[in-house]
Order: sequence, then C-alpha cells, then structure tokens
Amino acid sequence: MSAASPGAGPLPGYNFAYLDEQTRRMIRRALLKAVAIPGHQVPFAAREMPLPYGWGTGGLQITAALLGRDDVLKVIDQGADDATNATSIRRFFARTAGVATTERTDAASIIQTRHRIPETPLRPDQVLVYQVPDPEPLRGVETREAEARRMHAAADYGLARVALYEQIAHYGRVRQAYNHPVIVNRRYLASPSPIPRFDNPKLDHSPALQLFGAGRERRVYAIPPHTPVHSLDFDDVPFTVDADDTACSLCGATDTYLDEIVLDDHGTRRYLCSDTDFCRRNRDGGPDHE
Amino acid sequence: MYATVKGGEQAIDNAHRWLADQRRGDRGVAELDLAQIRQQMGRAVDRVMSEGSLADPELAAVALKQAQGDINEAVFLLRAYRNTLPRLGRTEPLDTGAMRLDRRITPVFKDTPGGQMLGPTFDYSHRLLDFSLAGNDDPPPAAEAEPAADGAVTPITEQLVREGLTEPDLADDTQPVADITREPLRLPAGRDARLQALARGDEGFLLGLAYSTQRGHGGHKVYAGEVRQGEVTVSFVPEELGFPVEIGRMTVSECHVLTPEQADSDRGPGLARGYGLAFGRSERKAMTMALVDRALQARERGERIQAPAQDEEYVLGHLDSVHAAGFLEHLKLPHYVDFQAELATLRALQQRNDRDDDGGDQP
Repeated sequence: MSAASPGAGPLPGYNFAYLDEQTRRMIRRALLKAVAIPGHQVPFAAREMPLPYGWGTGGLQITAALLGRDDVLKVIDQGADDATNATSIRRFFARTAGVATTERTDAASIIQTRHRIPETPLRPDQVLVYQVPDPEPLRGVETREAEARRMHAAADYGLARVALYEQIAHYGRVRQAYNHPVIVNRRYLASPSPIPRFDNPKLDHSPALQLFGAGRERRVYAIPPHTPVHSLDFDDVPFTVDADDTACSLCGATDTYLDEIVLDDHGTRRYLCSDTDFCRRNRDGGPDHE
Repeated sequence: MYATVKGGEQAIDNAHRWLADQRRGDRGVAELDLAQIRQQMGRAVDRVMSEGSLADPELAAVALKQAQGDINEAVFLLRAYRNTLPRLGRTEPLDTGAMRLDRRITPVFKDTPGGQMLGPTFDYSHRLLDFSLAGNDDPPPAAEAEPAADGAVTPITEQLVREGLTEPDLADDTQPVADITREPLRLPAGRDARLQALARGDEGFLLGLAYSTQRGHGGHKVYAGEVRQGEVTVSFVPEELGFPVEIGRMTVSECHVLTPEQADSDRGPGLARGYGLAFGRSERKAMTMALVDRALQARERGERIQAPAQDEEYVLGHLDSVHAAGFLEHLKLPHYVDFQAELATLRALQQRNDRDDDGGDQP
C-alpha cells in the first residue's frame, strides 16, 4: 500500500487504524445490522489481528472500524487504564491511527473495555466497545451452534432459565458471579461479556451505544442507546447485586466495584476502586472535577 | 519404481545421504552451530526438552539440528537417546517457591506480595513482522534492574489454601512417585503418572483439548492463578552422603490454574486446582498442561464426564507425539498384503450384490 492511498495511516506500510477500508466497511455493516436487531449476534468475517485471539481482537476490530481522526480513545482492562493489555491496545491505536488517547471517561468518544463498565455515567455521544470472549449465552446449555441459533430464532430460552433455576436449587442463590445473561429489548438473550453482576444494571437504558465484538467466535452484537436490558431472573427470585459497604481505601467510595489487593503473605488485604480513572478524579474533588 | 523401496540397502543409504545433504543445504552458507540453536532458537530447544523428557539443552540442540527443525522428530531423537541413559536416582522435589524469578504474574489479583513481573514475554507485543531482522542489527541491550532481594515469593495459591478457598498441595512428598518411562502406564492413572504423561505430551494436541474445555466441552471457568518462569535449584541426595547436594540449576515454567467448583462436583464451594510444569520457557505448555490436568480430575471429583478432555483413557492414550506420529506414519510402510485381501473380499461382495440385483430374473 502506498503512502498516498486514502487509508494510509501514520505507521508506514499500514492502513489508518490497521484494517483496510473494505474490512472497516464490512464491520460497520455488521454493526449496523447488530444495532437494528438489539442483542442479536451478527456473524462477521473477523480478520487476523496482530494481537492474539482472546486478547481483545473483537473489540479491536470494532474500534478499528469506528475510529475517525477526531476520535478520542480510552482503553480499560478490569476497569484500569494502566493494565498491561489496555496499555498495549491504546498504544496500538496511537501507533496505527495516530488518534488522541485519554484516561478520562468523560473525555473519550470511544471506550474499549474488557470486563467492566466505567463507574462514570456515559453520555449519548459516547460508544462503549466490549471485548467478548464468548458471545453465545447458550453455550453453557447447548454447545452446538446450529441448535443455539435455532433456539435464539424461536426465543426458546427455557434451558437458560432451567440452568439459572438449578443454580438457585443447588446453592440457594444464583451462582453466576459475572457474565450474568440478559434479555435485550425484551427479545434476545445476550451475554454481557464477563462483567461482574455489579455492572449489569448499567447496561439498562444506557444513553451510550454499546457494541460487543468477539473476534475468535466471529460475532458482533449491540445494545443501542436507551434499550431496555433485563438481567435474567424469576418473579420470585429477582436479580440482585451483592451489596457490600466496603470503602475504597484511596478515595473512600462505597458504591464502586473494588479490587482486592493482597499485601503480604499473612493475607492482609486492601480494597481499591477497579475503575482507576473514577477513583483518581474522586480523590481530586469529585468525578466531575476538572 | 516403488518396488525399489522394498529392500535395497543402496536405496536407504542414498535416501539418507540426500536427507543429510538437504540438512546442510548450500555449502556457501555458514553452518548452524549448536550454540546458535541453543541461544537463538531457545523456545524450540525448550519444547524439545519438555516433550523429550530430558533437561539437556545441548542434546536438544543436536536433535533440532539433525531433525532440520522438525520438532516432532527432534523429540523422538531425544527420547530415543534418553532411554540409553542409566538411572542413578531421583532428585529432591524442586522448590519452585524459591525460584529465581524472570517472570511472575498473578492474573487473579491486581497486586500481590512479590508483585507482577512481566519478564521476557511475547505477551503484549504487537505481532507485526520486524523486517529489520532480515539484517543483522543487534537489538539494544535489555534494561537492567537492581537484583531483587533474595527471598522466596510465595505462590498466591498458598494464601487461598490458608483461607480455605482451595486445597493444599500434596502434603507428603516422601511417597514414591510413578515413572511412566520405566513402568507401564496403568489406567485409571494416579495424578503423578498423569502429570508426567501431560508433561511429555504434545503441546498442540493438549492445547486443542485445553481450548475445548474453555469453549464448554467438559469445561470449567478457569483462572490462571499464577504463572512463573525462572531458575530453580536441582538437588540430589547421594546415598553415601545422606544429605542433599546442589547439582545444578535449570529454568522452568510453572502454572497454577483455579476453577470454581462445579455444581455436579461432590465437594463443597471452593476452587479446584490444576498444575503444569515444563522445562525452559515453555509457558504455553505449562498452562495447557494445567488446564488438562484440571479437566482430568473429573473422575475423582465426582463430576460428570461428558467431553474428550475429561476422559483419561482418551487423553492419556493419544497425547504422546512420538506414539501418534509413529503410528500415523507407519501407513507409509507397504500394506499390500492386507490390501490385496481387502480387494479380493470387496470384489467378491460386489459380485454377490450384482447377483442379488439380478435375482428377479431367476425362476
């Protein structure tokens, strides 16, 4: 590819944001379909990316397809901007697209995430891109893809409910600690990706567009803004989040998701906000503080 | 003509001389020396040592050179040589807790005592071909840090043991350990024999199996509790001395995986464990081994066995690349006698079918 071609990016010999324009268009078309059918998994022809499968190639391809030169990108892994994989992905796009990057949730136009939804409420002009290891919420009850597709087509989610019921029967409560399946727009069962149950309520009626990419499994799906998202539950056992009033030892927040840090071999623990940006701004005088 | 393969010593000699000539290639290009293979193809050397069950980088380099880089063939060469060595005794169990760490990560906690140490890893590298390697430019030297304070970094699993969240390591390491290279592997196998088989097993086969468990085929949600790489001390107790003597050091890769208990398990809530260890910088192999070790515990944990990775007979019966390659490639041996018998039978059956089809014409 010559440097003068329309897709040329800042990295010599490579396109803007790595992927060629035809591939970016193919992914955007798949995303449009995904937005039109909320929660439905749309197959797409995932490409080999220069990061290994399972490290965010699905999210990477969505971000690559969406990025424009004026975008501001934030990448988090487990809520943290400074996690190694987040740093690596952020550097990848800084290198291949030359876009501005940020650690501030409120300053980003695109946020690529793995395993968390930021604590800071999102806005309508933001897109949250999830890295998804396993897009199929029925995989645990049905390993055959063709049969799972039929079940989705018929909204035949009895087995998923039975699996949840069995957890309650066996443990006296829902065992699912993360990746608790959701019904999107009262129709499709979808995987929220491995976010903790704590984050599930943030999926519901979010003002931001939420896009999910699974590279290895070659699917994308979407939750458009202001879409009802209901965590799978029963009338008599409604979905709940484990309440805990432990405070972050840095910023004192009691309403955030906390990481457990092991301090020594005697088992001394400390708890910190998993959302590093929220925590820092909270310490600096509140998350809205400039 | 194929018939010449049938016996001719001349043919065999010529074939092998041709092979050796191919190995050397263009005499105008410098020959690989063993130090180059050991140092610049280190991950291949490590894999050959692991699957060849012989911790000797020099011999593994010879095997790789002789095999022209064919890993499977090199493993075979090393195994064949290994069998000619006398068994002098057993070393003391390796203390991997006291490992001199090059790399150590605990993905299940953001931070732990001993910290996260990335070390020399392909992880987080962008897989962009480095065209500068076509030349001979030396890379800049690696950054150096102050040597870490001496002292063992306790594996994070021990904390979870103390909290009662997972099971302790085998408490008693004085019991004799199985040796599947000296005694036949009996099924069902003990965990010691199973781990040995996994350590020798083909990385590709085990990787596929481990991956299948991650995709729900008899699998569990799995966490890499700890992955570490570094040098450990090997000690041996000579009979005449009666106390351990340090006989050397070697680099190993170790992995502990954790899986939340299964609903069909007969144990209470907690984390089950899988373990992997491999010679050298063979991290993928150690992880793969740990996942399959965990899957194979299905029987003793009372879990429902429903996928290949949980089926000990299936896994242990097929993981050995030397067995598998040998039997697969034996198909190249002449089989014309049995094939002839097959043909005769098939022709007879076809004739009978034809007669039956014509049966309507008979009175």
